[in-house]
Parts: sequence; structure tokens; C-alpha cells
Amino acid sequence: MTGYLARRLGYYVVLLTAAVFLAYALTSTALGPRAYFEAKQPRPSAAAVDRQLTALNLNDRTPVVERFGTWANGVLLHADLGRTIHGTAVNDEFGRRIWVSMRLLLVGSVLGMLLGVAAGAWSAVRQYRLSDRALTVISFVLLSTPVFLLALLLKNGAIAAKNAAGHDVIPFTGYETPNLSGGLGTHLADWGLHLLLPTLSLALGGLATYSRYQRSTMLDVLGADYLRTAQAKGLTRGRALIKHGLRTAIIPMTTMFAYAFLGLFTGAAFTETIFGWHGMGEWFIQAVNEQDVNSVVAVNLFAAVVVLAAGFLADALHAALDPRVRTA
Amino acid sequence: MTSPLLAVRNLTVDFGDHPAVRGVDLEVHRGETLGLVGESGSGKSVTALAVLGLLPAAGRIGGSVQLDGRELVGLPAKQLAGIRGRRIAMVFQDPLSAFTPVYRIGDQIAEAVRVHQPVSRDAARRRAADLLDLVGIPDPKRALDAYPHEFSGGMRQRAMIAMAVANDPDILLADEPTTALDVTIQAQVLDVLRTAQRETGAALVLVSHDLGVIAGSADRVAVMYAGRIVETAPVDELFTAPRHPYTLGLIGAVPRLDGRGGPLVPIPGRPPAAGELRGPGCPFADRCPLVEDRCRTAEPPLTGGGTHPAGGGTHLAACLRADHLAATRPAPAEVYPVPEVPAADAAPREEREPVLAVSGLTRSFPRYRGTLLRRRIGETFAVDGVDLDIRRGETLGLVGESGSGKSTTLYEILKLAAPQGGRIELLGQDTAALDRAAAHRLRARVQIVFQDPAASLDPRMPVGDVIAEPLLAQRVPAADARRRIPELLRQVGLDPAHADRYPHEFSGGQRQRISIARALAVRPDLLVLDEPVSALDVSVQAGVLNLLQQLKAELGLAYLFVSHDLSVVRHLADRVAVMYLGRTVETGTVERVFAEPRHPYTRALLAAVPLPDPAAERARPRLLLAGDPPSPAERHLGCPFRSRCPVHAALAPEQRTRCATELPPATPAAPGVDHTAACHFPDGGRPPLGHAGTDPACPPPRRG
Amino acid sequence: MSAETMEQTVAGERAPVGRVRLAAGRLAGSRGALTGVVVLALLFLLAFVGPYLTPWDYATPDYTALRQPPSGQHWFGTNGLGQDVFAQTVRGLQKSLVIGLLVAVLSTGLASLVGACAGYFGGWTDRVLTFLVDLMLIFPAFLVIAVISPRLRGSGWIAFVVLLAVFNWMITARVIRSMTRSLREREFVAAARFMGVAPFRIIWRHILPNVSSFLIIDATITVGGAVMSEAALSYFGFGVRPPDVSLGTLLAAGAGDAPVFPWLFYFAAGLLVLFVLAVNLVGDGLRDALDPTAAPGRRARKTANSSRRSTS
Repeated sequence: MTGYLARRLGYYVVLLTAAVFLAYALTSTALGPRAYFEAKQPRPSAAAVDRQLTALNLNDRTPVVERFGTWANGVLLHADLGRTIHGTAVNDEFGRRIWVSMRLLLVGSVLGMLLGVAAGAWSAVRQYRLSDRALTVISFVLLSTPVFLLALLLKNGAIAAKNAAGHDVIPFTGYETPNLSGGLGTHLADWGLHLLLPTLSLALGGLATYSRYQRSTMLDVLGADYLRTAQAKGLTRGRALIKHGLRTAIIPMTTMFAYAFLGLFTGAAFTETIFGWHGMGEWFIQAVNEQDVNSVVAVNLFAAVVVLAAGFLADALHAALDPRVRTA
Repeated sequence: MTSPLLAVRNLTVDFGDHPAVRGVDLEVHRGETLGLVGESGSGKSVTALAVLGLLPAAGRIGGSVQLDGRELVGLPAKQLAGIRGRRIAMVFQDPLSAFTPVYRIGDQIAEAVRVHQPVSRDAARRRAADLLDLVGIPDPKRALDAYPHEFSGGMRQRAMIAMAVANDPDILLADEPTTALDVTIQAQVLDVLRTAQRETGAALVLVSHDLGVIAGSADRVAVMYAGRIVETAPVDELFTAPRHPYTLGLIGAVPRLDGRGGPLVPIPGRPPAAGELRGPGCPFADRCPLVEDRCRTAEPPLTGGGTHPAGGGTHLAACLRADHLAATRPAPAEVYPVPEVPAADAAPREEREPVLAVSGLTRSFPRYRGTLLRRRIGETFAVDGVDLDIRRGETLGLVGESGSGKSTTLYEILKLAAPQGGRIELLGQDTAALDRAAAHRLRARVQIVFQDPAASLDPRMPVGDVIAEPLLAQRVPAADARRRIPELLRQVGLDPAHADRYPHEFSGGQRQRISIARALAVRPDLLVLDEPVSALDVSVQAGVLNLLQQLKAELGLAYLFVSHDLSVVRHLADRVAVMYLGRTVETGTVERVFAEPRHPYTRALLAAVPLPDPAAERARPRLLLAGDPPSPAERHLGCPFRSRCPVHAALAPEQRTRCATELPPATPAAPGVDHTAACHFPDGGRPPLGHAGTDPACPPPRRG
Repeated sequence: MSAETMEQTVAGERAPVGRVRLAAGRLAGSRGALTGVVVLALLFLLAFVGPYLTPWDYATPDYTALRQPPSGQHWFGTNGLGQDVFAQTVRGLQKSLVIGLLVAVLSTGLASLVGACAGYFGGWTDRVLTFLVDLMLIFPAFLVIAVISPRLRGSGWIAFVVLLAVFNWMITARVIRSMTRSLREREFVAAARFMGVAPFRIIWRHILPNVSSFLIIDATITVGGAVMSEAALSYFGFGVRPPDVSLGTLLAAGAGDAPVFPWLFYFAAGLLVLFVLAVNLVGDGLRDALDPTAAPGRRARKTANSSRRSTS
């Protein structure tokens, strides 16, 4: 098992290296920091622009490979992600925003997966009954609604509730109430309440996706011979379904987990912007518009690491759940 | 007569409006073995599942199932679960899919114990180890921690039996328990099943399509057809004096290893699919040679017909002509039309040109291991010295158990490229010397028919396109290829008007005929047949075998016929080659090899095949081969068979050294005789002279 | 071909028609597929003829009518800037129809090509292609498109279509790869190989037809998905930019106002639903036409059953 995981990890490191280089090359050629400085008022001299660009390691007259070398050197040797276009450290911004995003991503993904697996398995066992059909319709509606629309609708709902009640019912901006006094419990409750709508907008999509896949793998398992064997030795249908059926049917979900994370990251960018969370997604949008190459690369790096970590986690889960891959 | 342990009365099972079981009556008494025989779709497995209350959700059950007088139909799920596994246990067909893949074998057996007995985890585990020991799994304590995929098929089936007897059940239901297994393993598993039955005193219900298995194990037999029991009798009576024409036909359709039984008589038509709706009258009427008008008006009841067989028991048949059969006792060929198979090319073997000559063929696959860098840790020697020789108009049967390298040998031949080792000469051309164009031309002259006709035909292609494909691959213009389709379909006995249908619209036997038509399209010289009838029902298999014989005679084809079924090989082949662990260990004419096998492995193979004849089956000397074949992952110094060889076990130490160090070469029985064996001590260690008719002096088999 | 068989052919035994014509016949016989095709044709007609039916332009505001409900003047009403919603909707429909269909066809085509090659050939081809797929999968497509799209502003929205397709095919390709790997082991593929059928011909004749159900479902989902992706990107200003519109941007803009000014949301939403529905109908028909075991073939199977008894 460790051998298998080590092999996957090695592969991911190679993949990450290649991907980060590509991202750097792409970003630094596609964005135009020179134009950003030239558009400043009063217009700086060409030499001043050049100087500024070089200081930020953004000068397009330096070959991309060389700029990447400088950047990678900083990252690997000093854990330094470079400077933003405003001259501040990317690291500071990164440190501030990463936990905001991670909170959203972790809670959203885990919630979506758990609810989706439960709903899918339940739906499969009750195939073609009313509850199954209702769940099918709901998940198809959710699947065809883009995250930004879902987030907007949830936010509008919260605004409507506020207007009706005269005060905030569910908070819909930011991730905490500013200047909140009180103990740890109050803060935790406040965090949870702020998390509600953003994670819901993320988790609902995940729920829909997972439940569809879980339903189909569970349906495959329902006809499996070993489920019949389990009942033939005296287990009731319910116990056999959970202990032998669901246990086997969740294995393919681990692969789904890695893929779902990809979509989740995109969704988070929208959710953050709409609910006013100052996370990585919001930073990214801002950075692209400001031609801030190093910040964009930093977000890309974050995305790649998160996605690969999810992939690795999925591999580890898969190996833990399925003895057949361990020997492979 | 004592009251039966299990009494099934008028059992019916419907799936929607498709009746799968239509009024089955069965009685099982303590300690007896009841054989339930039938082809696919006859409802035999559904009957077994219905007894346990394990039907799929769509199944509706009717009638009565009583265990010791207690009604099981309609019992609350919880109470039924208390009976399953404790009083009635089941052994399923495919043990790989019947074990949950993610749990250890030991845990799954211990679970069966703990469901019904209030014992600790450790006690259940110890019990599981005892059970594995009972079914003859070596090192049971270690085997507890194995996962199902780490076991061989035979080991899994043993473990399955261990799990079934965990709670000393009163009744064991075994649904095709040996169908997926090799003959030697089948013999072991049947033996284990008998041991388990003896240890627990349970009654055994053995569900099988294999008349040989039934003949050797059952006390009483019930024959199912189209969801009903059409005949039931004590085993000897049923085989010697069947009263239902279907039973008679089944017996006539099975090729026999001992060569007796006359020509194969196929039952015309095909068995009805499960739940297929039909009109009034006897469901067998459309296929029955003895059919009369009155057969078509009402379904005949299962009755005794007035006579009682010798030796006690009752003999019932659901046929209006039962008395006629009981009185006349015809042979199958006297009732069923015997197809005329034209005589094959009679020219002496030496005068016919060679079609395929393989010598010293080897093929190994590297095995890798490693974390970051994969490194080669060894090789699997799938084929490790194969010699084959086929002349025009001749059938060579290639025999061996799974893993013996039969399929790899075929694929190496069909690759039409230079083999890793050895030499392949096809129609006089060395495959190593072929360029691309020559190889492509040669492709037309050797074609293959696969085992599973459902898998070897593209489900998304109409059969016309399927048959035209090899022609198109040989760059025949599409219009010409299309025009040949009707002729080819007619040649294999199919209706040319069906060319626009898709494979799934045909039955198994018809699909195999389509496969054969496709292979014939380019007029090949050699047809490679990879287990062509093993996926077919017995009554249909005979028809396909007869077709193959007829085509061979008409077209002068040569066949390389791969099969694990020695009876079929005996019936169809002219010569035979036996493979073990990637090597040919014995070759020769069918007559010689089957009558006087020289290699101990061949003898064990032949001894493992059950005969569809209870008297002959009981009289047959048993020779159980121990264990599974060793791994082909290492090259064995000396004779690769010696670890399982009964002759080797009985040898003197200095003789054993020879087996352990020297690879036995293939030597002929006598100069000029077409019969070789690769054994240092052929014919059981005695000189190969004047040996006809004597039993090989084999030591008693090591059990387990 | 001998003269004898030629004669037989002439004597009433027509040569069988073959797969393509069988499938085409089944497709033409499917009422759902025909309905779908008709609806699609009407949508295209509306999208490309619609702009000539109304005097209003999608961008020019009518300051005399702000947020007006549908009327004889403005058929679908006007928005907050006084732009004609009908003109905007048909303009958006043009974009979305083309984006949806083109992205689906391009990305599914690319996915099946890469997936089938990786799965069928195995070895180094597989390793290189899988690495490529994984590499492209690491980054959420949104990030890459967002970075690139400002550069492509001059080259019009067709470049945007290509971009959407190029970053949408990877997961499908992985599925196709694994399906191909298991198909490659199936005996009918081995049979074709042993007959000497060339690899790409095997992929075309055996592999792709057998994964077609998945490909078609995937393509129909992609149609809706592409329209939505475009909307999402446009929401951040990376896709279609104002004053130009697509159904997606109209939806995004109108979503908030839907309860109060329904015409801003529901005309665009209704057309999108109609579009996705029509595509699904065509997809279902195509899938059934290619899958001989699907429902329309049942009648044929029954007749086969009844005639089967005579042979075998």
C-alpha cells in the first residue's frame, strides 16, 4: 500500500512541477504588467517602468524561463512567492486568504460528499419510488444550475428574509461579524452562521453530483452476488446492504472526490465574490484584472496543490477501502 | 416413509408477468442428495433461491416451502434470516463474485458464525480456521487473512463451502458449485462437498446442468424444463430408463469420455428463455420427436404412469408418452433424428500437407515491481515449450486446465509474428520471416472462433456487418462482401433473412454459428476454436459440434480445438495435445491418449471427468490430484508436475532426484508411434510394453 | 464471387443493408428525435431571422421605455437601460446555440479521440496522453480561461468557443480511456484484430459505437454546461462582454430581478430550457438508434424469438 501511494505521490510531484511552469509561462505571457504601469498617472518614464518591472521580476524583456527560475528559486529556497504588483509580499496576502478559502472548500466538499453519498444510496435502495424520483428531479435541477446562479439566488433569499424580518436572519456578507464580543462559543456560532449560505451554494452542487454517481454504483451493487451471499448466511437485508453493499459501493466515489474538487474550486471563486469573502478566488479575479502576475501564479499554485492533494487523498482512500488496489 | 425435511409444494415464481417457476414439487430427506438438473432458463437456480427466500425484488413467490413442517413462504424477514445460514445454507456458483471483495475470507466466515451463535470474536475466528481446515485449505490460520481475490477459484469454492457449513445446517443448497472450475479442481470440490455433507449430516441439493456431476453425486434426480419438473427418479433409474423424451435427449446430447453412447443427437430448437410466455400444451412439444396432437392441448401432469422402478423410490414423468418410453427403453439415437455427418478426408496422415507446425514455443511476460522506479523482478512463463502439429483436414484438441497457457499459445500463433522462442510454421511459412503484407494475406487463411459468442460479436453491429468484416479487412469490395453474407449464413444453418438483426436477437447457439460463419467468410485453411461450445447449453452444444464436423468434412478444414472438456475433445478431435504449466506433456492420437494415457497428469485429468452414467461413474477408479497448479512465475528445475505427481510420490529417492533435476523430454511410446509423453517414468513407472487394460499403479491420492 | 452465388442473390435474396442505414432508419422512426430536430431548427430560425423582425437593436437603449413589461412595441419588454429584451434574447440565443453545440461537438470529439487512442494503444501513447490529460486537469479550467481570454478579446467569441472546448474534454477522455481499455480486452475486438482490421478502423467501427451511449449523454450535458460556463465566465467579465449578450449573461443579469420583472429572466430561461431539452431529445433518439437493445428494437426481437425455434 505504501508503495502504491509513494508511486502516486512521485507522479503528482512531476505533474505539479510541469503544471506550475506552464502556469507561470502562460500567466506571464498572457497578462501585461507593463501596460498596467504605463497606464499610471502621471505616466512614468520607460526606464522607470522597466526598473519597477525588473524589481518585481515581471520584466517581459527577461526570458520567461529566467523569470521562472528566479521565481522558483524564491519559492523553493525561501518559501517566497514574490511580490504583488503593488510591491507587497504575495506571502502575506496568501497567508491571510488561504484559511478563508480552505474553510469554505473543506466544509463544502465534505458536506457535499457525505450528503450526496447518503442521498444516493438511499435513492438506489428505493429505486423508482416517489422519494427516488423526487431526489432525481432535484439533483438534475441542481446540476444544471451554475454555482453563481445558486449563490445569487441564496443571497437574494437572505436579502428578502432580511427585508421581511427587518434584521439579518442569516448573514450573507463576509465570514464573521466584525467587532463581535463574546467568548469562543459565540465566535464559533458566528462563523458557522456565516458559513451556512456559501457552503450550501457549494455543497448543493456536490450533493447532486455525488448522489447521482452513488445511486448508480449502489444500483450495480444491489444485484451483486455477494449481497445475496451475505443474506444467505443469515444477515437481514438492511444489515447486508450497509455492511456489504454500501461499503463496496463507496469505493468508486473516491475517484469522484478528486474530480469534484476541481469543480469546487471554480465554484468557490464565485461564492467568495458573491458573499464578500476575501478568499483566494476573489483575489484571483482581482489579480487578473490588475495584471498581477505573481498573485495569479500564487493562486494557480494553490489550486494545483489543493487539487493534487485531493487526488492523493482519493488514492489513499481508495487503497484503504479496496484491498485489490493495494497489491497492484 | 418418514416425513421429509424439506417439502416444496406447487412452488411458483413470477417476474412481472413472466413465470420462471411454474408449480414445482420437491421433497428432500435427511442425509440424502437430490440432484436438480436443467439447462439455462429452466428455473432450477430460481427454485433454489426461492427456498431461501432470496429472490430479487421483482420476484413473486407462491405455493409452499416447509422446513420440518414449518412454512417458510410468507415468514417475516427477520425470522427467515434466522433460518438462513443456520438450517439451510447455500453454496453459490461463482465464488469470486459471491464473496464481498473488500473483506478478508476469515472475517466473512466468522461473520456467518456470529450471526447465529453468541460467541466471541476470537472463538468465531478459531471456528473459521477449523472450517477452512475441514475443507482442506492448507495453512488455514494464514488463509483467514487472505482476501477473496488472493485465492484461486478452487480455494474460493472450498471457502464458500466452509462458510455454508459454519452453523451445521440441515440442508445444503449448492447452485452449480463446480461450473467455473477445472476438472481436477471440480473433482476436489465435489469431494469436499461430500466430506462436508458427511460431517454435518446435512441433506444436499445439488443444482447443476452437468449430467456427469449429477450422476456421480446424487441419490435422486429431478429434471427441470421451462419452470417445471418434467421427470424425477432415483439416479440409476433415471439414466437407464428415462421416461421423458427431454431427459433422453439430454443423455444423448452429452459426449462421453469413454467413447460409448454413439453419435451425438442434438435436440432440435433451443430451450425456452426464463419466463418466456407460451401457449397451452407441453412446453417441450416443439422440440419433441415423439410429439402427438394431444400433447399440444394441455400440459401433462407429473405422474407415476403406473409402474414402479426396481430398487424402490418413485419415478414420475410429465409426459403423455412416458409409458411408451418405459416400455420400449429406446436409445437416444432411436428417437431423435441422427444428423448425417459426411466422412472426413480419408487420406493417410503422412500424405496430407502440414497446416500448422509449432515447436519449442515459449512466451513469458515480465513482472514489475517498485515504487518510484519500476524494476523487473521476474518473469511469468506462460508458455514454456509447446509443440503442435496439424495436417490438413485434421482436428487437434489442445487440452489443459486454466493457467496452463492454452490461450497464450493461441494468441502467439495468431499474432503471425516472430515468437519469443521456438518456431511457428503456418501453411509452410515461418511466421518470423513474414513481412507486413504477407502476414496480412496469411490472416485470411487462419481464423478464430471464441468461447463466448455473446462477447465475441460486437453488440452494436448487425450480423451481416459482422460476417462481412473479415472480407473487408482483406480489402474485398464492400458490395461483393455483402453479397456473400446470405450464402455464409445458410452454410451454418441460419436464415439469410436475419442478416439485418443484431447479435442480441439470437440465442447462444445461433450466435456461435454466426461466429463460425464470420470465420469461414475468408475461406480459411485453419480454424482456431477456443472453447467454442463451453458456454452453450448441452442440448444446443451437440448441434454446434455436429456442424463443426460437417464443415470440416465439406471444406477440408483443419481445426485447432482448445477445450477444457475432455469429453468434447474425445468426440471431435483426431489428435490431442495435453498442456501443463505452459508445456505440452503428452501428444498423440485420440484413441491412444484416451485409452492408454502415459503421463500421470493426463491420467489424473481423465480420472477427474465425471461420466453421465451412474453405474460407470461409481465403478470408475478415483484419482484426486492434490492442490492447485504451481505458479508459472518461476521456472521449475526438473519436471514441473512433480509437486502434484502421484507417480513421483511413490518413487524411490534416487529416482526422485531425476524428476527434480532433469526436465523430461517428449519421448514416443514406441518408435514410429504417434504418442509422446514428457515424463521420466511414463505409464506409472513401468516399461511401456504390454500394458493395455491395467490400472496405473498409483498410490492413494493425498486428500486436500 | 462465383456465378452461382450471384444467381442466388438475384433470385430474391437482397444483400443486407448494413449498420449505418439501419441506424438511420431507426433514428428517422423516433418521434422524440424528430421533435428535437424540429425544435432546434425553429430555434435557429428565431435566432438568425429574429433580429430582422424587430426595429430595435440589442444594444441601443430606448430611453422612453425603462423596465417596461412586454408590449406591442417591445415584444419581450425592456430592461433597466431601456434595451429591447426581444432583440437581446435573439442575439443571445445566436451566441448560446453556437457556443453550446460547437463546444459539445469539439470537446466530445477531442475526448473520444484522445481517450480511445490512450486506451486502445496503451504503452507510451497511453502514458503521454494520460500525463497530458492530468496536466490539463490540475488547473480548474476557469483559472486558465480567465487568464487567457483577455488576450483573445480581439479574435472574437469563436476563439472563446475553442477555449471552452479545449478545457472541457479531459474528464470525458479519462472515462473513454478506461472504457476503451476494458473493450480492448473483449473478444470481439480481439476477433477484429486477428482478422487484420487496422487499429484506427477498429476504434472507429468497434470501440466508438460501443461507447456511443456515454459520448452522446456527455455531449448533451456539455451543451447545457457550455452555455452555463460561458455565463459564469461572462459574469466576471471574461466571456461575452457588454453590450454584447448571450443567454447566460441575460440570465445572470435578470436572476435578481426575476420576482419583480419576470420578463428579464423567463424569456431567456425558457429558450435555454427549450434548447437543452431539444438537444436531449435528439441525443436520446440517436442513442437508441445506435443501441440495438434499446426499446424501439423490441418488436424486432419478438419476431426473432418466434422464428428462432426453427433453427439452431
